Parts: sequence; C-alpha cells; structure tokens
Amino acid sequence: MNQDDDKKIRELLRRAIPPVRDTGLQRDLWPQMLKKFDESAGARVPWFDLALAAAPAMGLVFFPEMIPVFLYLL
Amino acid sequence: MQLLEQFARGDLEAFEALFRQFQSEVYSWIVRIVRDSGVAEDLTVETFWRIYRAHAHFDPTRSFGAWARRIATNVALDYLKRVRPEVELVESMAREEPPNPALRRDVQERIARGFKRLPAKLRVAATLALVEERPYAEIAEALGISVGGVKSRVFRAVRRLREELKAQGVEP
Repeated sequence: MNQDDDKKIRELLRRAIPPVRDTGLQRDLWPQMLKKFDESAGARVPWFDLALAAAPAMGLVFFPEMIPVFLYLL
Repeated sequence: MQLLEQFARGDLEAFEALFRQFQSEVYSWIVRIVRDSGVAEDLTVETFWRIYRAHAHFDPTRSFGAWARRIATNVALDYLKRVRPEVELVESMAREEPPNPALRRDVQERIARGFKRLPAKLRVAATLALVEERPYAEIAEALGISVGGVKSRVFRAVRRLREELKAQGVEP
C-alpha cells in the first residue's frame, strides 16, 4: 500500500513541479565576478591600518597606567 | 592539465579561462536546484568565488567540472537553507510550463507547498532525481555521498511528502 502511495506521490510531484526548461546561461557572468573581486579587495583592511590600530592597543596592554591618560586625550 | 595546475597555483588568468569554460555548466546545475534564473546567476558567481579562494586545495589531476559542481551544490544548499520556504521553488521558472490540466490546481499547490517544507538536503536530492531526472551517480558525486545515500534521501523525501499531504487531507 505504502509503495503504491510512494509511486503516486512521485508521479504527482513530477506533474506539480515540472523540470526547468531553460537551463542555458543568458549572459557572461565574468563582469559580475570581477565586481566580486573588487568588493572583496575594498572590504579588506590594509595592513598598515591594522598596524596603526595595534600599536596603541599593545601599549595599553603593557602600560595599563596609561589608560586614564589615553582616555583623557580622547 | 597545465591550465589546472596554473589555477591551483592561484593564477588569475587560468581562473578566468576556467570560469568562461564552466560558467554555463555550473549555472545550469544551480538553476535546476534553486529554480530561479536571477538567483542562479548570483550563486554561480558565489560558487566561482569559493572556487577561487579554494584554489590551493584543488588537485589538478582530478576533474575541475566535478569539483565545481560539488561546490555549486553546497552553495545552492546553503541558499535553500537560508531562504524562507514561502519565497522560492515552483513560483518562478516552473510557471513558464503550463499546468497539467489533469491535475487539480489545489492538489498541485499542496504538493508544491509540502515539497517546499522538506529539509533542504532531501529537497535537493528529490528535485534532481525526480523532477530533473538526473542520474543518481551524478547527484551522488555532486552531493559528496554514495548512490545509496541519494536513494535514501529521495525515499525519505517522498515519505515525508506523503505524510505531509495526508496531514493536509490529500490522499495520493
């Protein structure tokens, strides 16, 4: 009984959800790919900026007594 | 072979050559899963983005197409898991096909709705095997599982769909 039901379900599914007819790509996607590369490059923080941010952070870790001075200067 | 080796070393020109060679194949695989041409284009780019980032893991002695298809399947699966079930499938590309007059519209809609509620893994296997009628070996390779695993997923998908329809009062 269940196997018959399963067969019917398969048939109904095929009729309810037809296969995609047009699977051909309509345009070249390479320009979009290049855009993705550009976005990724733009999102990346330059190493120099990271070094600039890391230097004062490290200073505060090693010289915590400087934290009030640092906050005062902000 | 040389092209694949260059790509594995991270050569952008080799990547572009492979992109142009395989973009249609990857797109046509993805569109069969997500059933929306716009989404499939975006996911094709996302697939190649992941491919480029993983270039160092690619073995040039193996098939680039099969590797790309596997990554494409994962990208499509991630998309289906992310997207609300009400939004995708059936609605867009399937609409191009005229509905079968023998099948009552409400039953058709219930089947489509029930199918959309299936877990993404089961739905992908069932879509490729039952709707698109792709060979089980091809689906297995793309999903990174055995042929038996694909059959099991299809079987579970059909069972769950049957239960879902029964709960909605639809007898097959």
